[in-house]
Amino acid sequence: MAILEYDFMRRAFAAGILLAVIIPCIGMIVVLKRLSMIGDALSHSSLAGVAAGLILGVNPILGAAAACIAAALGIEAIRKKIPKYSEMSIAIIMSAGIGLAGVLSGFVKNAANFNSFLFGSIVAISDFELSLVVGVSCAVTLAFILLYKELFYIAMDERAARIAGVPTQAVNFVFTILTAVTVSVAARTVGALIVSSMMVVPVACAMQFGKSYKQTLIYSVCFAVLFTAAGLFLAYYARLKPGGTIVLLGILCLMLILAFKGAAAAISARIKR
Amino acid sequence: MSGIVRVDNLSFQYGDEPIFSQIGFSVYPGESVAVIGSNGAGKSTLLRLILGELTPLTGSVRLFGQEVRHFREWTKIGYLAQNGTQAVSGFPATAEEIVTANLYSRIGFRPFPKKEHREKARTALRQVGMEDYAKRIVGALSGGQQQRVMLARVLVSDPELLFLDEPTVGVDAETVMSLFDLLTRLNRENGLTVVMITHDLARASERMSRVLCLEDGTLVELDKAQIDKELTHKHKHPGV
Repeated sequence: MAILEYDFMRRAFAAGILLAVIIPCIGMIVVLKRLSMIGDALSHSSLAGVAAGLILGVNPILGAAAACIAAALGIEAIRKKIPKYSEMSIAIIMSAGIGLAGVLSGFVKNAANFNSFLFGSIVAISDFELSLVVGVSCAVTLAFILLYKELFYIAMDERAARIAGVPTQAVNFVFTILTAVTVSVAARTVGALIVSSMMVVPVACAMQFGKSYKQTLIYSVCFAVLFTAAGLFLAYYARLKPGGTIVLLGILCLMLILAFKGAAAAISARIKR
Repeated sequence: MSGIVRVDNLSFQYGDEPIFSQIGFSVYPGESVAVIGSNGAGKSTLLRLILGELTPLTGSVRLFGQEVRHFREWTKIGYLAQNGTQAVSGFPATAEEIVTANLYSRIGFRPFPKKEHREKARTALRQVGMEDYAKRIVGALSGGQQQRVMLARVLVSDPELLFLDEPTVGVDAETVMSLFDLLTRLNRENGLTVVMITHDLARASERMSRVLCLEDGTLVELDKAQIDKELTHKHKHPGV
């Protein structure tokens, strides 16, 4: 295929597909814990880290990772203080992240570099960034497999999990770090403004078909890989921005699934009558 | 014989509002104890204190002879929370997956359950009459069926002591009857110790070995005459 003759496109596919495997794994737990907006809060906070990195001459991805980890720990700390309104913690941290990113971006000399983090630039990632994606993907996949039953129980019922002996605090901490690192790496490739959609949309599609937790998880990964591969092809041939194309394809697919399910339910109800 | 639950001089308050003061009781192995009381009397708070989720103002709680703060043998304890089905009603998991989750400590370091664990989950689902629904998504089940699955999740780990917080709320009459039948059987045949918070005094007095009443900040054990008096009062004033 002509598209794969280019080195930058091979790199884009490799990074995109690896991220498409790990982002829904994180997204599945985030959605089931009713914290779907956490991706947004972290990715917006990552922009503050990117700006700080560019100002201080540090690699912006490392800056984004540090900001994401701080934001994720902040969300977890506020969530514990006000457990009945846990979603408020996300709004507070997101506002702080946006505010800080807005102020710091005024001091960034290379605006184009900063803007590339807003919508991502998967076709322009360097060897170092690809290695980072590979490393993070391996670490997240391994941690997700090792903590499979703990994460399942915590997502389902954190209180019952604690009574059953699950070390909920430690597992939540590890998951928080994994989420933060994944978001910061994904911000460079699919874009800070888009990464949270990649967490939620494939899971939302999979939940329409999954007949068990395991099946829903597998379907989420399949949907994300499909959206990424199709999005990259479409972006290449139609000369579109890859990050946005991937997400829009996912949203379109979700709309079609919901419409199809609604129509199928209506037809089935009419037949029963 | 020492109590497997021992509560001594327990006091608790939310902010400046006292909930109860200097209460104490013990639960012995093989007993079935009902805790009744009006809404807001502090029944669920008492359970949270027993489970170590809240810190008392004064007094102590011992489980199996250990201070609850140092207690680590949680596999001996089963706990069915109030409105426990809310947590799973929209969750994309099968009844079997939900029940298997509570075999956490038995599965050990393995990330996934083995066949023997899944079979154990099936046995627990059979106990509550839900084996045929093992592969069904739990959100597609009725409220009563979901409550049975939650009970199977608690029973699967073979607890010695079972705490239930208003397990019959929002459940149909048939499920309530089968729940009491099952708990009576597990208590009498397997020696499972049961502590249940309930508003169903009639059934509790009929099926449980003791009834404790938490009211106005104090805890008292009701004898037969007091239970009859309460039931007559409830019969005359059903809203009270």
